[in-house]
Amino acid sequence: MAAVMPAPAASRLLMSGNEAVARAVWESGVKVAAAYPGTPATEMLEEISTYPDVYAEWSVNEKVSLEVAIGAAFAGSRSFCCMKHVGMNVASDALMTLTLTGVIGGLVIAIADDVGLSSSQNEQDSRFWGRFAHLPVLEPADSQEAYAMTKVAFDLSERFQVPVILRMTTRINHVKALVTVGARSERAGAGFKKDPGRWVMTPAGAVKRIPLMFERDVELRKLAEESPLNVLENGSDRRVGYITSGTAYMHVKECFPEAPVLKLGLSCPVPVERCRELAALVDQVVVVEEVEPLVEMELKAAGLAVLGKDILPRQGELAPHVLKPAIARLLGEPVPEMKVAPPMPVFPRPPTMCVACPHLGVYYTLSQVKNLTISGDIGCYTLGAGHPWNALDTCISMGASMGIALGLDKGRGEADKDKRILAVIGDSTFLHMGMQGLLDIVYNKGNVTILLLDNRAVGMTGGQNNPGNGYDLYDNAAPKVDFAKLCESLGVKKERIHTVDPYQLPVLFKTIRDEIKVPEVSVIITDQPCVLTKAYHKQRAYAVIDDKCTGCGNCIEVGCPAIHVTRRGKEVKASGREVDLAFVRIETSVCTGCGLCLQPCAPDAIVHYEPVSPIRLVKN
Amino acid sequence: MHSTTNILVVGIGGQGVMTATEILAEAAIALGHDAKKTEVAGMAQRGGVVSSHLRFGKKVLSPQITPGTADVLLGFEAAEGMRWRHMLRPEGIALMNTARLVPPVVELGLYDYPEDPIAAMKAAGTRVIAFDATTIALDLGDIRLGNTVMLGAIADHLPFSADVLQECVLQRFRRKGEQVVDQNRRAFEAGRAAVGEAQMAAA
Repeated sequence: MAAVMPAPAASRLLMSGNEAVARAVWESGVKVAAAYPGTPATEMLEEISTYPDVYAEWSVNEKVSLEVAIGAAFAGSRSFCCMKHVGMNVASDALMTLTLTGVIGGLVIAIADDVGLSSSQNEQDSRFWGRFAHLPVLEPADSQEAYAMTKVAFDLSERFQVPVILRMTTRINHVKALVTVGARSERAGAGFKKDPGRWVMTPAGAVKRIPLMFERDVELRKLAEESPLNVLENGSDRRVGYITSGTAYMHVKECFPEAPVLKLGLSCPVPVERCRELAALVDQVVVVEEVEPLVEMELKAAGLAVLGKDILPRQGELAPHVLKPAIARLLGEPVPEMKVAPPMPVFPRPPTMCVACPHLGVYYTLSQVKNLTISGDIGCYTLGAGHPWNALDTCISMGASMGIALGLDKGRGEADKDKRILAVIGDSTFLHMGMQGLLDIVYNKGNVTILLLDNRAVGMTGGQNNPGNGYDLYDNAAPKVDFAKLCESLGVKKERIHTVDPYQLPVLFKTIRDEIKVPEVSVIITDQPCVLTKAYHKQRAYAVIDDKCTGCGNCIEVGCPAIHVTRRGKEVKASGREVDLAFVRIETSVCTGCGLCLQPCAPDAIVHYEPVSPIRLVKN
Repeated sequence: MHSTTNILVVGIGGQGVMTATEILAEAAIALGHDAKKTEVAGMAQRGGVVSSHLRFGKKVLSPQITPGTADVLLGFEAAEGMRWRHMLRPEGIALMNTARLVPPVVELGLYDYPEDPIAAMKAAGTRVIAFDATTIALDLGDIRLGNTVMLGAIADHLPFSADVLQECVLQRFRRKGEQVVDQNRRAFEAGRAAVGEAQMAAA
C-alpha cells in the first residue's frame, strides 16, 4: 500500500506541518486514521496513506471519520482523525459525548483553523472545543513541533484516557520547515473490553461519568502548570511580556526578541499560575492569540490584568506588521515607519473554473434561465457566484443548499411567488451532508429542482476519491454509489430524475427549464468528470477563425479561461443601440476540446484547430 | 533581522511557483541554513493569485515576509509583479518574467490589464530586471522548462553560489535521464544569462 519507504530515523526533512503530523502518526503506531478532505487539513491523511501499516480512509464526512477513530480507540488501538475547523462543527455531536467515555487507545484529533480565510467560509477558533468538551489542546508553532506534539498527544491521550486536540493553523499546516524525524514504535492494541457503564452512554451511565470528567479537568490543570510544553522565556526587556501560542509565538519572537514570553504548547487548560509568573516579571502582559480572546478572557476572569484584543485585531493573522505598531502604540512610542512602497492598483485575479470544467456548461445555462433563486453549496461550483455567471445566490455550509432551498420555498413571500427554487450541489458534498436535506425536501413535499453535479471527485481539495466514484483513498476499486437510484430511494419520483451531459447545452437547458416548471422535487444529475482527474479525456483543441468572428462575445459568457479577447470595438445596431464588441481567440495549447464555447457561437467561427506552425504558448 | 534572506515568489495557479520555491529552499538547506517556506494556496490553485514566501538564515522564526522586507521578488507573470512589489525592501530587486496571463475578469471587460506592467513598476521606483522566460523555454523546446529558466534567473541574486541552486534543480530531473538533465541545465544557464544581459543593458 505504501508508495515509498519512510525516511530513516534521524533524517532531517523539509516538511509541511501536515507532513510532519503524518510522520508522527506513523511513528506513534497508529492503526486507524480517518478524515474528510478540507483545506488546509487535507494533506495529513493523504500523507498518512503513503506509510505502511496504517489503515487510512476517506470517510463520508467529519463526524463519521471521528466515529471511526473512536471505535478504533475503544478497541484499544491508537487512532487519528483530522479535519478543517468547520469539520469539527459536523463532528462535535460525537465529540461532546466522547469526552465522557474517554478512550483506551490514544486518540488525537488534528483540527486545522484557516486563520485569514485562504479557503473557507468562515474563520473560527477550534481551541473553543477544548473548553466546551473539557479536552486538552496542544498548539504547535512549526513543523518540528507539530511532529513532536503529535507524539506527546498520543502519550497524554493514553495516560489520561482522553482524546487530545492538536490545534493547527494554515501557517502550520502549509508551511514547510525542517523536521528531524524519529523511529516508529509498534503497539499492540489492548482489545475491546465490554464495559456498558462506560461505552454505552445512556442518561444513567453518563451522569456517573460527568464527575470523572471534572476530576480529569483537575488533573489536566495540574499537568498544564507542570508541562514542559509551556515554556517561560525570561527576556531582558521587561516592559511588556507576552503569552502566546502557535504561529503567533513565532511572530512575537520575530518582533520582540528581548521580551519575556510564556509560550503555551498545552494551552487548554490554561496554566494560570505560570501566567502569574510571567506577569510578576513584567510591567504589562499582552496575550497574543489567533483568533479569539480565549486565554485572555480566562486570565482576566482569574484576576490577572492582561491586555489582548483590547489592542490587537480580532480577526486574521497576528503577523509582525500587525504586532509591531500595536505594541508601539501601547508603549507610547512612535509607530515604526516601514519603508513600504504603496501598493499598485491592479485587476483582481479570483480563482476561476478550469478550462473545459463541466460546471462551465451548468453555470452558463443557469445564467440564461430567468426567475431563479439558486441555493448553492461548498465546492468548486461555489465559484458560480462569480463572473460571468452570477448564478449562485447562497452558500453557508456543507449540504446546506438542500435545506435552504426548502426554506426558500416554504418561506417565500408574495414578491417571490413566481420564483423557481433550484439547489446546486456536488457529488461529494451531497454524500457528506446533502442527502439528508434532500430526504427532508421530499418528505415535506418541497417544490425544488436539484442540480447534482457529479464530477466524480472532491474537486476543490484536489480531486480526492469518494463513494461516488468507485475508488477508495488508495485508488483501489470500491463500491460506487448510483446517484439516480439513491435519489429514487429517498423518494424522488423516477420520472423526475434525469441524468444529462453538461456539455450538451440545449439538452441541459431544456431539462432545467422543464423541471423547474413541475411543482415537485426534481433531480438533474450531470455526469461528466472533473478535468483534473484521470477520468477526464482530452479531445482535439478548437480555434477561432478570425475572419468569421463577429465580436458578439457570446463565447466569453461561458467563462472558460482558454478564451482571450484579441481586440475590442463598437457597433451601432439598426435600432440605433450601440453595442460593445469583443473579438476572441482560443489558447489552443490549453484547450481540451470540450466544445462548450462553440455552442453559443452564432457565426460558427470556432472550428477544430489545425496546427500550421510550432505551438506558441502564452504569447501576446 | 538582516541575517535572514527573504524571497517572495509570485505567479498564478498552475505556473509552478510552489515547486520553484521548494527548490530554492532545498538549496538554502543544503548550505546549512534554517528555512521556512509558505505554501498558502487554498483556492488559488484554480487560476488565482499564488505567492510563496521563502525565508532562510541562521534561525528563521516567522514564516511570513513582512511587507517592505523582501530581498528578491521572483515574478512568473508580469502583472503579478505590480501586485506584490510593495513587499520589496527599498533596495530589493524584482526579477520578472514578461509573460502576460490574462484572467477571465479582464476578458469580460470588467478590468483592464495594465499596458506595460514592467514599465509601471519601474516608473513607481522598483528595481526591475525583466526577461521573457516563456520564449526562452520554447526556444529550448519545451514550455515546461520555464520553471528552470526562472530559477536560473534568480541564481546570481542569492547569497550563495549559483552552482548550489543548479545542482538542486538538476537533482529533480536525474531519474528522468541525462537528456532531460541537459535540457534543464541549458534552461538554467539561459535564465542566468537573460538576467545578466538585461542587467548589463540597463547599466
